[in-house]
Amino acid sequence: MIELSHLEKSFQIGDQTVHALDDVSLTIETGEYVAVMGPSGSGKSTLMNILGLLDRANAGQYLLDDINVSDLTEAERTHVRSQKIGFVFQSYHLVSRLTARENIELPMMLSGVPAKQRALAVDEILEKLSLVDRAHHSPNQLSGGQRQRVAIGRAIVMKPSILLADEPTGNLDSTSGAEVTALLESLNAEGITLVVVTHDQAMGDRARRQLRMLDGRLT
Amino acid sequence: MYWPDIVKFITLVLSRQRFRTIVLWVAIAIGVVAVNLLTALGEGAKSYVLSEFNVLGRNTLITLPGKKETKGGMPPLTGESPRPLTLKDAQAVSRLAGVKAVAPLVLGNIEVSYSGKLREVLMMGSSRSFFDIRHLDVGQGRLLPDLPFNKGESVCVIGNKLSRELFASKPALGEWVRAGDSRFRVIGILKEGGTSFGFDMNDVMIIPVVNAQSLFNKDGLFRMFTEVRSHQELNNIKAKIIALIKERHEGEEDVTVISQDAMLSSVQKILDTLTYAVTGIASISMLVAGILIMNMMIITVSQRTKEIGLLKALGATSATVRLLFLSEAGLIAVVAALSGLLVSHAVLLLANSYFDDIQFHSPWWAQLGSILLAVLLALLFAWLPAQRASSLAPVEALQGKQQKGQA
Repeated sequence: MIELSHLEKSFQIGDQTVHALDDVSLTIETGEYVAVMGPSGSGKSTLMNILGLLDRANAGQYLLDDINVSDLTEAERTHVRSQKIGFVFQSYHLVSRLTARENIELPMMLSGVPAKQRALAVDEILEKLSLVDRAHHSPNQLSGGQRQRVAIGRAIVMKPSILLADEPTGNLDSTSGAEVTALLESLNAEGITLVVVTHDQAMGDRARRQLRMLDGRLT
Repeated sequence: MYWPDIVKFITLVLSRQRFRTIVLWVAIAIGVVAVNLLTALGEGAKSYVLSEFNVLGRNTLITLPGKKETKGGMPPLTGESPRPLTLKDAQAVSRLAGVKAVAPLVLGNIEVSYSGKLREVLMMGSSRSFFDIRHLDVGQGRLLPDLPFNKGESVCVIGNKLSRELFASKPALGEWVRAGDSRFRVIGILKEGGTSFGFDMNDVMIIPVVNAQSLFNKDGLFRMFTEVRSHQELNNIKAKIIALIKERHEGEEDVTVISQDAMLSSVQKILDTLTYAVTGIASISMLVAGILIMNMMIITVSQRTKEIGLLKALGATSATVRLLFLSEAGLIAVVAALSGLLVSHAVLLLANSYFDDIQFHSPWWAQLGSILLAVLLALLFAWLPAQRASSLAPVEALQGKQQKGQA
């Protein structure tokens, strides 16, 4: 469960202060499917980064499964992030020298999971995402949809409780976009909390709960 | 993260980004090669100059007739003297306490012939001790017999080149060679050797000193070499020789005695300059190599800011990120530096087999220094950008930002 109360975040651009988040309070229950929508610069990416512990708020409190993550050190936040949160980015952010399989394995490798256990978990994910025949391809041998499926595989390999997707279909054509959306929704149906940031009205409408942001505020 | 995984991660970086790996490798190796070759060049020049002035040995004094100034250069090789230095003088000096051996030297150019072949050679008249003092040895046959200075024998030891030119491939030992109106039996052939103090020892003929005196019809010695028993006594014996000869020459001090130290001190300035030059060359090449390695490291690590952000988003701590980048830089730096050292040794080996007179060796401090420098610089300049990127919030690193505070 995610509980945000009175989050503030501002950036200094030149001599102007931009309020990216302005008194944001929000509760997301475990297993929810939430779309965050709004125009560019409305603060939705900032919200996503803070939810994902990639960034810190200037003020306010963030409870993640009853842990006050605002108070944790960077190393502790890294640990929480690796156990509880998976990321899907618009531009995939795959490591180009690693194969699909190695990309999916990477988070387990970084958090020190033994090799045998990793192999089992990765096999399972490749099967689930129908990527078995693409396992030894490098990212630039894959189509956009396949890349995003690899990225989703990497996001869920640690069995996180929350999946944060930032414009997951933004770089995809409509067919692969629909496939990726269906995949994310099926993961949500299995119990994962899904938070999607999107410009795409059609995708937003599919979520069970829509949040709209404007000028750093939830409306 | 387990260490086998760290090794795997690094080897994947190095093996799958081959172009980057090769460029880094070459940059570091070139740095090491430059330092080693340039210092070897400088050291080679320095030791060449030293060896040219080192032929005498530290325990040897040269006595030459006439009073000469030795400052400001080499003593003249020919000199007129009112009173000659004689074999009897040499005998007297050899009886001084502390003197190990004395070798008189008479010198002249003469034509020698064997079965119709004629050669003009440098004829040296001396004694058995001459070979010891000048570190000469025969490759075939034997040295001159150990005779008193005033006893002669019609035998000779000849240089390598002279032997080849007179006898071609025929055996020379035992053959009689004509020189002037005398004949000498060849009893030894000198080992192949370079020049000794300006004389080409491959093209000489050495005979007993009295034979040479009668051949050239002169009493005086050209030089007298004196070897002392210990280096501490050198100056003491130098004074004794001057005093003894002054007494024998009716109170007139008409000889000059010089030691290697005295000659070396006159070229000390040159040697000092060479030492500074070598050190300068080494420092400059290290600086250039260092800047090359620094730039390569900073660029290649900075290019991976995004990857650092991604690794952190995927659950790597800053410490893990630093460990990955430092071990990667360390591994390539060690391998590249060692291969650079290998290449410099190969090049030096090749150069040394090509040049006889001058030998190039990279000193140990340059080898060690260049490797340490390469590895430390690679680590430092991998650490700085990796540290900066890993201290960025992951989101900033993912956006490929180079510095904090930029929006």
